[in-house]
Amino acid sequence: MSDAVSTQGSIPPTQTERRNGLGRLIARSEVLRGYLMLSPAMIIMIIGVLMPFLILVAMSFWTRDGFDFDTTLTLTNYGRAIDEPIFGAFLARSFWVSGIATVATVLLCYPMAYYVAFHVHRNKMLWIIMMTLPFWTSYLLRVFAWKVILGYEGVINSSLLTAGVIEAPLEFLLYSQTAVIITLAHAWAAFAILPLYVSLEKIDRSLLEAAADLGDGPTKRFLRITLPLSLPGVISATFLIFIPTTGDYITPALLGGPDGAMIGNLIQLQFGAVNNWPMGATLSIILMLWIAAVALVFLFVTRKSKESLI
Amino acid sequence: MTPSESYISIRNVGKKFGDFEAIESISMDIREGEFFSLLGASGCGKTTLLRMLAGFETPTRGDILIDGQQMNDVPPFERPVNMVFQSYAIFPHMNVRDNIGYGLRRLKLPRAKRNDMIDEMLELVQLQGYGDRRSDALSGGQRQRIALARALILKPKVLLLDEPLGALDKRLREQMQVELRRLQRSVGITFVFVTHDQEEALTLSDRIAVMSGGKVLQVDTPDGLYERPRTREVAGFIGSMNFIEGKVLSRVNGHATLGLSAFGEIQVDAKQIGFVEGEAVPLAIRPEKIELLKEPSEGAVPGSLELKSYHGERSYFQVRVDGCDDLVSVSTQNAGRAKLRALEEGAAVWLKWRDDAFIVLDKN
Repeated sequence: MSDAVSTQGSIPPTQTERRNGLGRLIARSEVLRGYLMLSPAMIIMIIGVLMPFLILVAMSFWTRDGFDFDTTLTLTNYGRAIDEPIFGAFLARSFWVSGIATVATVLLCYPMAYYVAFHVHRNKMLWIIMMTLPFWTSYLLRVFAWKVILGYEGVINSSLLTAGVIEAPLEFLLYSQTAVIITLAHAWAAFAILPLYVSLEKIDRSLLEAAADLGDGPTKRFLRITLPLSLPGVISATFLIFIPTTGDYITPALLGGPDGAMIGNLIQLQFGAVNNWPMGATLSIILMLWIAAVALVFLFVTRKSKESLI
Repeated sequence: MTPSESYISIRNVGKKFGDFEAIESISMDIREGEFFSLLGASGCGKTTLLRMLAGFETPTRGDILIDGQQMNDVPPFERPVNMVFQSYAIFPHMNVRDNIGYGLRRLKLPRAKRNDMIDEMLELVQLQGYGDRRSDALSGGQRQRIALARALILKPKVLLLDEPLGALDKRLREQMQVELRRLQRSVGITFVFVTHDQEEALTLSDRIAVMSGGKVLQVDTPDGLYERPRTREVAGFIGSMNFIEGKVLSRVNGHATLGLSAFGEIQVDAKQIGFVEGEAVPLAIRPEKIELLKEPSEGAVPGSLELKSYHGERSYFQVRVDGCDDLVSVSTQNAGRAKLRALEEGAAVWLKWRDDAFIVLDKN
């Protein structure tokens, strides 16, 4: 090795001799230097993500045995998850609720991001900070705030009552899927605004002028230029919201009521009150596989629709 | 004036951005099928004028007519003009074909017809076989051709070009100039071309409008601008020029005799211009219209060579003449003039000219 290095001869021998073997190797190899910079993150990822994940996968093939685990590998849990309709129903509801919440968030945030990117010319950063201001408080606090707003004697009900629009408080507001969707859409807005803003801001304004010059009015311009070029932002916003909200359990636990409970609550139950960790692990794995599948379908659909837009 | 004499009619057009007056008041006519250039330094309002023709800016006063139609309130997407942008503005998410065919979509043509038109354009701009290339994998010259093809495919009445050659390197630029001229001749569309490069404007244009500070200084043919600039500003902007002050000594039968102090006297034609005896007259003469001699000659003015510089096909000599503050610039063609090039700085030289080489400029 050292022969091979010295025969290259571009570095004078005095300089190579001063370094030890490893240092020399690192200095010479781009790849090694890259790994070196990545290593702190990689160590955390291995300990904090990969190991627990492997344990989870292993556990999903175990079964409960009283307060202990039966570590023989079996597909029993997966069989149960497929056979018993409650699991499928919760999974479907989770996708439904978080799907609606995601679509609502992206649709609501797109105009905001668009406005800042295209119509605000000064202090853009200030606008962005203002929009993300609610997210400086804790997630839990925001969920509770919605409880105050949507509650039986909450802001909406009491003001509607005072105004005489309704005679009795609206009950569907709190402890329902609606409540969960509203809260999720608000709680995750920052995760949509930022990627949307970045992708819109990047669009070269002369492209829009060129489109206008070539005969496209405002709507056509938006559909043929702005939307396709901001699609990376839309996709990342969608993933950033859809993936974590599908497995969310705090919001449905606090605001969902019986109709609003989601798969996350069920998983939490398995690890808590029901005390069936292997079943919880199985459900987690199934949820993950489903999210991956939905994400792939989504990517495929957006790519196809982008082609048809052009 | 026949209709084609004013295909584009710009009447008292002005544009203000807030308090800043980008264009004061411009009136001019552009003929059908001509290659018309707007020439000026950056900030002179040429791009603003072009963008008003395209519809991206609305004039704060005055009217713009294209082919007899009032354009002031017509949005860009309904104007019979197309533009080649300075940055080319090639759509990054589309391939070359889709870029060129962009404006055709709205016309709802049959697919086969559309493909034929795109193929025709690809051929016109010499990009056959590039149709399926991704647009972000193209060179500057290729992007420029696509921008041209994309605009020309719609057969606009007027093609607007905003410094389209500015981003290209010198050799490619010269090549594209020739091509642009060929293209304009073959399609016969009126071109309005914005540039700050006077050489480019001279090479390409049928007529040029020289602009400065939001005003049009002179509209003329390239040789008209070069040989007969009206003001000192125009004369100085196009090519290099020597400026000399003259004084009217006498005036007889449409000829005036001007005294040029250190440079003696010259006779000029004074038929239309009202020369008054004793009045100062600004004059200009091109460096290449002055003859540089190594020996004294009849009527030649003596001087000493201060500086010489070699420019390949030409050489420039800066000559000090007694009684004149500015150095006189003289240029000679480097065709068998090795003797002149061998002149040492500081050598004695003589300058000679024909009286009609002097240009009489407008005052102030």
